[in-house]
Amino acid sequence: MTGAAMATSPPLVEMRNIYKHFGGVHALEDVSIELASGEVLGILGHNGAGKSTLIKILAGAERADAGEIRIEGEPVTIENPRDAKTLGIETIYQTLALAENLDAPANVFLGRELTTQSGLLDEEAMEHETGTVLNRLGLQIASLRETVMNLSGGQRQAIAISRAVYFNAKILIMDEPTAALGPEETAKVAELVHRLKGEGLGIFLISHDIHDVFDLSDRLAVLKNGRLVGVCRTRDVTKDDVLGMIILGKTPRGQPPRDAGAPGESVPGAMGGGE
Amino acid sequence: MADRPLRAATTTPRMNPLQRFSAVIGIDTHLLGMVGILAALWIAFDVLTNGIFLSPRNLFNLALQASVVGILATGMTLVIVARHIDLSVGSLLGFIGMFGAIVQVDMLPVGAWYTWIVTCLLMLVLGALIGALQGWWIAYRGVPAFVVTLGGLLIFRNGAWQLSEGKTISPLDETYRLIGGGIEGTIGEFWRWVTGAIAIAGIIWLSLRTRKKRQRYGFSVKPLAVEWALIAVWIALVVAFVQTMNTYHRPRTEIPSGIPIPFLILLLVALGMTVVAKSTKFGRYVYAIGGRPESAELAGVDVKRITRFIFVVMGTLSALGAIVITARLNAAASVTGTMTELNVIAAAVIGGVSLTGGTGAVFGAVLGAVFIQSLENGMILLGIPTPTQRIVVGVVLILAVWVDVVYQRRR
Ligand SMILES: Nc1ncnc2c1ncn2[C@@H]1O[C@H](COP(=O)(O)OP(=O)(O)O)[C@@H](O)[C@H]1O
Ligand SMILES: [Mg+2]
Repeated sequence: MTGAAMATSPPLVEMRNIYKHFGGVHALEDVSIELASGEVLGILGHNGAGKSTLIKILAGAERADAGEIRIEGEPVTIENPRDAKTLGIETIYQTLALAENLDAPANVFLGRELTTQSGLLDEEAMEHETGTVLNRLGLQIASLRETVMNLSGGQRQAIAISRAVYFNAKILIMDEPTAALGPEETAKVAELVHRLKGEGLGIFLISHDIHDVFDLSDRLAVLKNGRLVGVCRTRDVTKDDVLGMIILGKTPRGQPPRDAGAPGESVPGAMGGGE
Repeated sequence: MADRPLRAATTTPRMNPLQRFSAVIGIDTHLLGMVGILAALWIAFDVLTNGIFLSPRNLFNLALQASVVGILATGMTLVIVARHIDLSVGSLLGFIGMFGAIVQVDMLPVGAWYTWIVTCLLMLVLGALIGALQGWWIAYRGVPAFVVTLGGLLIFRNGAWQLSEGKTISPLDETYRLIGGGIEGTIGEFWRWVTGAIAIAGIIWLSLRTRKKRQRYGFSVKPLAVEWALIAVWIALVVAFVQTMNTYHRPRTEIPSGIPIPFLILLLVALGMTVVAKSTKFGRYVYAIGGRPESAELAGVDVKRITRFIFVVMGTLSALGAIVITARLNAAASVTGTMTELNVIAAAVIGGVSLTGGTGAVFGAVLGAVFIQSLENGMILLGIPTPTQRIVVGVVLILAVWVDVVYQRRR
C-alpha cells in the first residue's frame, strides 16, 4: 500500500542515510526523514541532538559526509544556500542569519534584490513590499529604515520569517522559530504555519521543546545524539510518549519497522523504530 | 492597524537635536561631524596662515593633492567595509605607473593621438587583473587579505624596480600628462560651467524623483520647503566650488585655470563609487558581508565571488591613481606611491569607515582624504617640518579611531 502511494507521487523531500561529523563529534549518523507537501514535520530533540545540522544540510549551509537528498523524487545536489533556494527551499535559521548593519528591507531581499529598469536597487519598492509582507503575516516593525541591530528579538524574527515566506517557497524550514517571541507573536507564527500548510508547503518545524510543535505537527521525528530515535504520527501519540523518546531515546511501545512513518502513512499507531 | 507603525518615521522623540537635523537633511551624523571638523580645520589654518590657506591658489593645489589618495580611498572603503584590508595599493601605484610609462615611451609611437588612450586602457586592465589575482588568493584560497596584500606590497614595489632596472622614466606623453592636472590639465571656462550645470540638474532631478517615488508608495517625505532648502544648499556649494576654481588664474596670465582634471576624476569616481556602494547589488552584498559574512552566505550571497570583485575594483582604482600620479609627476619612478597605502587607509578610517566592517561611506572616505591632505598642506604652509607632520597625522589617526570606538559603543 505504501509502496503504491509512493510510486504515484514521491514525497516532497527525502533525506536518506545522512551522515555528518565535526571532528570527533558525530552530529548525524544514518538519519533518514521524509516530508510531503502540505505536511508539517516536527523535529524534536535535546540541544546538540543534531536537529540544526540536519536541516542545514537541506538548506545548503552544511554539506553531508554521506547520504542522499531527493526533491519530488529527483536526486539533487545542494552545495550552497543558493542551490537550496533555487529548489524552493527557504530557511529561518535558529541564529536568524540577518545582516545586523542593514535595515529590514535589505535583509528581506538580501541576495534577491528588486531593481529598477536601470539595474539599480529599487529601495522604495523593497520597502513597500517588506511592509506588505509583514502586514500579511500580522507582524509589525516600527521603523523599516532602522538597522536590524536596533530592533528587538521579535522584530528580527519577523524579518527572518518574511524573508523565508516572501519568495514562494515549496519547502519551509523553521529552526526554533518562536525562540525569541512572546506568546502573542508565537500564536501568529502558529497561525502562519497553518496557513502555509494549507497552501501546500511542506514545513520542517524544529524545536527542543515539545510544546512548541506538538499541536502544529502532522508527524514528529525525534533525534538523540545524532541518531533518529523514531518518527511517529502526532495524533497516535501523547506528549508523554514523545517526551520518553526525547529523554530515553527509545520508542515506548509497539516497534514497527524502521521505514514506517513515511508521510501519508495510515498504519494506526505507526512508529518508526530506532536502533 | 498594522499599517501606521510600519511607515518609517523620519524623526523619533529620543533623538538629540543633531540627530534630528541629520535625519531631516538625510545625511549621517558621522558625515555631518566630519564636515564640521574639516570646516573648523580650514578656518583655523586660514587664520594661522593669514588667509593663504583658503586662497584660490592653495585650494586649487589642495584639490590636486587630495585626488590620488581620494580616488584610492573610495575603493579602500569597500575593502574595509567587507572586513578586509589592502596594503598593496601604494606599491601597485608604483608598479602600474612604471608599466604605463614603459608602454607609452618604449612601445607605442611617441606623440601618436592614441598613445595615451591605449596606455590608460592597458594600465586599467592590468590593475583589474592584479586585483583579481589578489582577490582570488583571499577569497578562494583563504589566505587573509593582510598577508596577501603585504606580499603584494613587496612584490609590486620591487617589481616596479625590476621593470625599469631602477631607472626613472620621463618625460611622458603630452596628452597623457593633462590627466595629471598640470598647467593645461584643467577644464576651462565653458566646460567648467557645463559641469556645474549638469551637477545642479542632477541634484534637482534626483531629489525630486526620490521624493515622488516615496510619495507614490505613501512613505513619509521631508516637508517641501526643507527639500528645496537642501537643494539650494547643494547648488550653492556647486556654484561656490566652480567659482573658486575659476578665481585662480594660471601663473602670470589672466586665464582662469578652471577645475584640475584629477579632481574632476576624483569627483566622478566618488559619485560612481557612491552609486556602486549604495545602489547596486554588489554594493549591498559588500555591506552585508561586512555585517556578518556567514549571514550573507546563508542569505544566498556568493561571498567568494563578491570578495574577489572588491579587489578587482580596488586594483582598477589603483591603476587610475597610477595614471593620475605619473601624469602629474610627468615621470614614473620605482618609488612612486611609497607609503600611499597608509594615507589611503588613514583617509578611510578618519572618514568613518569602521575597521570592524559593515559601516562607512565612500563620501566619508573622500572627506577623510581631503582632511589628511589639508593637514599636510596647512602644516607645510606653517613651515612645520615633515617628521612633525607625520607625527601629527599619526596622532589624528588614533584619535579618529577612538572617536569611532566611542561612537560605536554608544549605539
Ligand atoms: N560547525 C560545527 N562545528 C563543530 N561542531 C558542531 C558544529 N555544528 C554543530 N556541531 C555539533 O554537532 C552536534 C549537533 O548540533 P546541532 O545540530 O546544532 O544540535 P541541535 O540543533 O539539535 O541543538 C552538537 O554536538 C554540536 O556541538
Ligand atoms: Mg539547533
